[in-house]
Amino acid sequence: MELVLSAGIGVLTASGVWLLFRPRTYQVIIGLSLLSYAVNLFIFGMGRLRVNAPPVLEPGGVGGLLTHTDPIPQALVLTAIVIGFAMTALFLVVLLASRGFTGTDHVDGRE
Amino acid sequence: MLLILTLAPFAGSLAAIVFPSDKSTAAAWFSGVVALLCLLLVAGLYPFVASGGVLRYELRWLPELGLNITLRMDGFAWMFAGVITAIGLLVVVYARYYMSASDPVPRFFSLFLAFMGAMLGIVLSGNIIQLAIFWELTSIVSFLLIGYWHHNAHARDGARMALTVTGTGGLCMFVGLMLIGHIVGSYDLDAVLSSGNVIREHPLYTTVLILILLGALTKSAQFPFHFWLPHAMSAPTPVSAYLHSATLVKAGVFLLIRLWPVMAGTDAWFWIVGCAGLTTLLLGAYFAIFQQDLKGLLAYSTISHLGLITVLLSLGSPLAAVAAIFHTLNHATFKASLFMAAGIIDHETGTRDMRRLSGLFRHMPITATLAMVASAAMAGVPLLNGFLSKEMFFAEAIETHKYNILDTITPYVATLASMFAVTYSLRFIHSVFFGPPPHDLPKIPHEPPHWMRAPIEFLVLACLVVGVIPTLTIGPFLHTAVQSVLGDATPVYSLAVWHGWNLPLAMSLVALIGGVILFLLMKTYLATSVEGPPFFRRLEGQRIFERVLVTLSWKWARWLERTASSRRLQPQMRILVFIAFAAGAIPLFLQGFKPAAIALRSVDPAFALLWFIGMICAVGAAYQAKFHRLAALVLLGGAGLVTCITFVWLSAPDLAVTQLLVEIVTTVLILLGLRWLPKRIEDSNDPELMDFSVRMRRLRDLALALACGVGMMLVSYTVMTRNVPDTISSYFLERAYSEGGGTNVVNVILVDFRGFDTFGEIAVLCIVALTVFSLLLRFRPAAESLEKPEQQRIQNAFDDDHPDRKKGDSIAEYLLVPSVIMRWMFPVIGMLTAFLFFRGHDLPGGGFAAGIAMSIAFILQYMAGGTRWVEERLRIHPLRWMSIGLLVAMATGLGSFFFGYPFLTSHAQYASLPILGKIPLATAILFDLGVFSLVLGATVLILIALAHQSVRSPRAQIKAARAAAKETV
Repeated sequence: MELVLSAGIGVLTASGVWLLFRPRTYQVIIGLSLLSYAVNLFIFGMGRLRVNAPPVLEPGGVGGLLTHTDPIPQALVLTAIVIGFAMTALFLVVLLASRGFTGTDHVDGRE
Repeated sequence: MLLILTLAPFAGSLAAIVFPSDKSTAAAWFSGVVALLCLLLVAGLYPFVASGGVLRYELRWLPELGLNITLRMDGFAWMFAGVITAIGLLVVVYARYYMSASDPVPRFFSLFLAFMGAMLGIVLSGNIIQLAIFWELTSIVSFLLIGYWHHNAHARDGARMALTVTGTGGLCMFVGLMLIGHIVGSYDLDAVLSSGNVIREHPLYTTVLILILLGALTKSAQFPFHFWLPHAMSAPTPVSAYLHSATLVKAGVFLLIRLWPVMAGTDAWFWIVGCAGLTTLLLGAYFAIFQQDLKGLLAYSTISHLGLITVLLSLGSPLAAVAAIFHTLNHATFKASLFMAAGIIDHETGTRDMRRLSGLFRHMPITATLAMVASAAMAGVPLLNGFLSKEMFFAEAIETHKYNILDTITPYVATLASMFAVTYSLRFIHSVFFGPPPHDLPKIPHEPPHWMRAPIEFLVLACLVVGVIPTLTIGPFLHTAVQSVLGDATPVYSLAVWHGWNLPLAMSLVALIGGVILFLLMKTYLATSVEGPPFFRRLEGQRIFERVLVTLSWKWARWLERTASSRRLQPQMRILVFIAFAAGAIPLFLQGFKPAAIALRSVDPAFALLWFIGMICAVGAAYQAKFHRLAALVLLGGAGLVTCITFVWLSAPDLAVTQLLVEIVTTVLILLGLRWLPKRIEDSNDPELMDFSVRMRRLRDLALALACGVGMMLVSYTVMTRNVPDTISSYFLERAYSEGGGTNVVNVILVDFRGFDTFGEIAVLCIVALTVFSLLLRFRPAAESLEKPEQQRIQNAFDDDHPDRKKGDSIAEYLLVPSVIMRWMFPVIGMLTAFLFFRGHDLPGGGFAAGIAMSIAFILQYMAGGTRWVEERLRIHPLRWMSIGLLVAMATGLGSFFFGYPFLTSHAQYASLPILGKIPLATAILFDLGVFSLVLGATVLILIALAHQSVRSPRAQIKAARAAAKETV
């Protein structure tokens, strides 16, 4: 499990970073999205991987890390997903505006 | 009391700025009242201070770091506070008449009050860090005041120079004060004052001394930093009268006296302070003689007098310190009145050039008399206050304090300098008020309004009274001040006017007579000479300063920018990623990081297959992003889905739900964006055509990307295979139900335990949505994206070819069945949203997920029916939803205040509703409602703003077509 997921994180990171270095704005957007998957999964993984562990408490119950999933990385990732969406939106619009102004989709505004 | 005293000027400053600019008199009155109030407060505190008490006010701010807001007033601080408020009041009265109605007068008074507050802050600070902050504040406000007439290039340059010099000095002083705090172990002024020996014997003493002196000497315009003061004279005269005679430049002296018991008495102190003081004393007086500008003369004379005070402080004897305090007071009185007189002359005649002014006595006899008395005090004529402190200075200069050359030459330099002082005072009076009647002045001179003169009258009267009966007037105040600085070391001193025939008196006489003779000799030369002293004219501090500034801020900065930076994003990205990689890798390497042994235990083949697909998607997206954008987007979505399934697999349903929904929205968003991106023609990716350097660059990028990927993989694998340490998660797991009232711990963390974080986060979302919205308001698509997309064109062409079809029919019929289904999905998704929302506290779901789900419902309607169709039928006000969401979330948080709990404390309870049964009803659900509404609004706003561009574009197209038509005509 861990091996597969960490390999996945590695590949996502490598693809994301590679795209960050590319000259087209669209490539950078895709790269950032890939990188944000990698980072989210990484943070999530910090709570260790649990299969079939209950994420929700019994009513009136008290949970512990041995029986339940770790809620903190999940809470962090949850907000990160939403903020990631907002950033993608912002970047996309800046991209479009920059393209309208400069007539190119190069990251520097000129070829 | 002290707090009011410090805050009142700042409050007044804020209030004064809102006066409309044509209500200048009202602003002046208001400032006058504030200054008067402060003065009365200071006066009211005197009895307490006079009895030797130290008034303290402490506001605990960061006691762990020794940083508290401490206000402290002893006799010395009281004296300074008195000078600041009293002269402040007089200058406000004066400025009321001086400032012309065409200037933005409220701004002047606002800045003036702010400066007064900052100055009071310096003298009342009981904490040395706080002192440094107020110190910098005076530098900044004085910058604004000097540059008040910012249309004038001289004012701008002078202001910038003053700020650069005093600001740099202030930063040095700040470091010095922090070092003192480090040595003493406390930033509290009382603690610092009581540990003089510790500081003097510390190995860092010399460093501290130099740093602090840099601050004090730059502020007090001491050689070699004196050059900023004459250039600051382009400020309005009230500013010069206040800042450059009574307050700002005295701040340096204040600091020297304040720290005198702690720092003085060593050889280093004597040499540095003494050399600076003596040079300044002499050079300032010498330069002052040769000035042609009235205010320039006064500026150099101020420099010289400040030098005198500095020399006194360098001597290290208590009596000299008394003289220094006394002279500070006297100088403030006569110099402020002289500046105001110079301002009147400038105001009434239109010039300050002494070569043009003459014979003004017959036009303004009262002002002339006042100015004469004040400059006699400046020259040190008996029966005036300047004489008393100058006598004390002479007496101290004769005394031997240290056996070295500096101490030996002090009396001679002192006599020479005061001879010069007599000369420039005479020159000031003679060239302005006597001689032939003035001709071709810009204005016909006459006496100023009475109230404009009143402040000068008051100050000159003070000079006289103090000069004649010192023991009865200034004596007790001075004694209080001296006592609080020197404590038990207070010497016996006498303020008598007549000490008998002694050496100091003889020196005074020599200076007086010598000064008169010197003036008579130089009179004709001075009446016609050019500005500036002979020999030194070329050696201007200003030129050196400017050259240094140009080198630093232009040449070196440009060089650094050229060599060390780039305006291109790609190299910046490479450097950024490389540094991040190194910052992660180096500590791991140094700590002997060993990745966990890779073991193929318990690999679920299905999971492995899933991630095999995920990796292909990721690499494919990276490969396709350049030429095939749509494919890249689809592959990106694939990677997102794999992530989403991973969350499900690994027991994180909340994340899976949110990820899935966000994935949908992001895809729609980028699809909308793709409409405006250029079509890229598949260029020949021919390896033979590729440049060698391009290939090398790609190889390097690939290496860095792979290194990052492998690094992330190793680190995450190693962490994930270790056992979980005890984290704060257990806390949340234990308390989620008992305190948060919910069983879904993730949601309880978001809306309850860490509700404030979530609140900040939705605010960010709100800001992003508004930014996107406003960026798109002025969106100009690129020229080649203007026309309709290819599919629409084909469809329209098809309609045109068939006479039985109207234009747009095909578009309306496109995906007819799915669009009907999509329309019917709206209530279904609405229901799902409600379901997600209400179960959020106990089961996976919650405001974030519900908000995005609902926005998908709206987007589906747009896709099915088109923008116009939807907006005719649904009321869509995303801005309103967002604001309601933010307000609801905030109101929920504030609500807990009413019950005496901190912000965002939630209250949980279960309520039984008919049909639905028991549902959890924590106040957190209200907060979650806010989150829901805001997320919904933000998402819908972003998507719709982008979608609207297609509706807007025909207009832009028409415009472009018109422009083209015009050009052809």
